[in-house]
Amino acid sequence: MTIKRVGIIGAGKVGIVLAGLALNAGYEVRISGSGSTEKIDLTIKTLVPGAIAAENEEVVANSDIIILAIPLSRYRNIDAGLFKNKLVIDATNYWWETDGIREEVLSPDSTSSEQVQAYFKDATIVKGFNHMGYHNLQEEAHAKGDAKRKALFITGDNHEAVDTVAQFVDTMGFDQIVHYNLADGIMTEPGSPLFGASLNYEDLKQIIDHFDETEFCKKVAASKFNE
Amino acid sequence: MVDINKLEFGIETFGDIVANEDGSVKTAAESIRQIIHEGEIADQYGIDVIGVGEHHRPDYSVSSPEIVLGAIASVTKNIKLATAVTVLSSDDPVRVYERFATLDGLSNGRAQVMLGRGSFTESFPLFGYDLTDYDDLFNEKLELYKKLQAETPVTWSGKFRASLKNQEVYPKTEKGELETYIGIGGSPESIIRAARFGYKVILAIIGGQADRFKPYIDLYHQAAKKYDMPEYPIAVHSHGFIADDGDDAKKVAFKNIKANFDRIGLTRGWAPMSREQFDGETKNGSFYVGTPEVVAQRIARTIDLLGLGRFDLVYGAGNQTAAQRERMIELFGTKVIPRVKEILTEKEAAK
Ligand SMILES: NC(=O)c1ccc[n+]([C@@H]2O[C@H](COP(=O)([O-])OP(=O)(O)OC[C@H]3O[C@@H](n4cnc5c(N)ncnc54)[C@H](OP(=O)(O)O)[C@@H]3O)[C@@H](O)[C@H]2O)c1
Repeated sequence: MTIKRVGIIGAGKVGIVLAGLALNAGYEVRISGSGSTEKIDLTIKTLVPGAIAAENEEVVANSDIIILAIPLSRYRNIDAGLFKNKLVIDATNYWWETDGIREEVLSPDSTSSEQVQAYFKDATIVKGFNHMGYHNLQEEAHAKGDAKRKALFITGDNHEAVDTVAQFVDTMGFDQIVHYNLADGIMTEPGSPLFGASLNYEDLKQIIDHFDETEFCKKVAASKFNE
Repeated sequence: MVDINKLEFGIETFGDIVANEDGSVKTAAESIRQIIHEGEIADQYGIDVIGVGEHHRPDYSVSSPEIVLGAIASVTKNIKLATAVTVLSSDDPVRVYERFATLDGLSNGRAQVMLGRGSFTESFPLFGYDLTDYDDLFNEKLELYKKLQAETPVTWSGKFRASLKNQEVYPKTEKGELETYIGIGGSPESIIRAARFGYKVILAIIGGQADRFKPYIDLYHQAAKKYDMPEYPIAVHSHGFIADDGDDAKKVAFKNIKANFDRIGLTRGWAPMSREQFDGETKNGSFYVGTPEVVAQRIARTIDLLGLGRFDLVYGAGNQTAAQRERMIELFGTKVIPRVKEILTEKEAAK
């Protein structure tokens, strides 16, 4: 699949940064907030001139790939059928400031992207862009081969979709470590040593490959075992 | 363009627990008394503002900043007395206004309110608020506070507090209004909100390069124009540590700023700060650490780049000794501030 048009759902800190990176990479970019276009017009014009402010439906209808960049607790406000047959990169995480109490947002026996996938069941969800802070995403995007380049963890159940996203992430300015299992998304959820970290390929790979040795992994395993 | 004569410089403490020379820590009570002394010396060194944070946790000494500021007021003459920040979301705007109007009276008009959402959760259950309402609480209370700021009878109703019907709030201030900032992070929506309400803005730049905020400051001005509201010069607050020796400064700062960030990180699940991250922040990012000259150069660059009206340095993060904290305040007041002004004057002349 060739990607020419990028749609970003969520015009907050991350959505704006990713819109900027996508524009730099030469994509046509559409972006939406929770309300009318009018609400985000000034923001988009000032911060990412060139991106098209729109509403969710219009963004989805005119994009080859979609990035979900809204607070995790809000995805149910979006119609479950909106992303039908679409490739969606899930950049969301649980974050108390916007999501409130964790147990009310996430069920303990699943991972956040699996829950997003279960809700948008006709979409193909790939997890990505979630574990690096937004200013690192903005400042540390570099062309391929640059010594300062950082890496992102990309994972999903659908091989082809994951490979497409990996290629896309490459054009956005990051190396990739790829898994073909959406549930592995747990490795970059809050609490993991990878959450909020900005690492190069080798360092990221090192932690991913030895993830079962991390305290976080042991804790997750223990809590699953107790249920 | 930066107006050098009107530039303001502040120091802010979150009320971190002070360390003894032997590495043990002081009590919260001792730490509070230390802040009063620091306010006193900051005033003597000509620093314009001191800000004191509000926290409800064992690692911070101050939960009621206005009381600390009241004590500082009684031993100082010129320094403005600010909070950094008042967690408005879990407070009552009416009481906030009353407390600050009182502080303003006893300090001859030096009180300054900085409203924010806070970066910890404790105050919500403590005062009976639901974390899920985080955003709504702040929005609603900002709106009420704005009405109170006019110091005329208020009629208001909302979701989280009893309605007001043509009610007065006392005491009235001598200037007729409390100077009020709203502390914000990096979200475009919060910048527009601040501009729409007509608040002054203090940006918390606590990570990454100041450069990326340039478009956000444009956004503030654009939004103020759009809503026909006054435009104020933007203020910035960032972490820092100054010492006579650059390596000492980095050593103390790494240990203490890291401890502070890692603690916040724990509540949000983000990874501890690495040395690489710290070095990056110190070199090009938002930590102002080093000798007075290094810190002055970096602050001057930020002020010039963003066209600021005020720069506040957050001091005392982690567990620093009284000597470290006091020396830093002295260097900031006597060396850094004059040097920043000098650099900026040269820059303006060169333009
Ligand atoms: N901050 C980071 O460093 C970072 C890094 C990686 C991933 N993330 C994740 O990315 C997501 C966004 O984070 P953020 O920091 O960008 O948050 P943010 O600044 O609060 O922005 C969230 C955006 O989502 C919009 N939104 C909410 N509900 C929506 C809906 N139903 N349809 C369309 N847009 C909607 C909001 O619009 P309104 O204002 O109109 O509600 C707002 O523009 C979160 O899940 C976060 O965990 C954050």
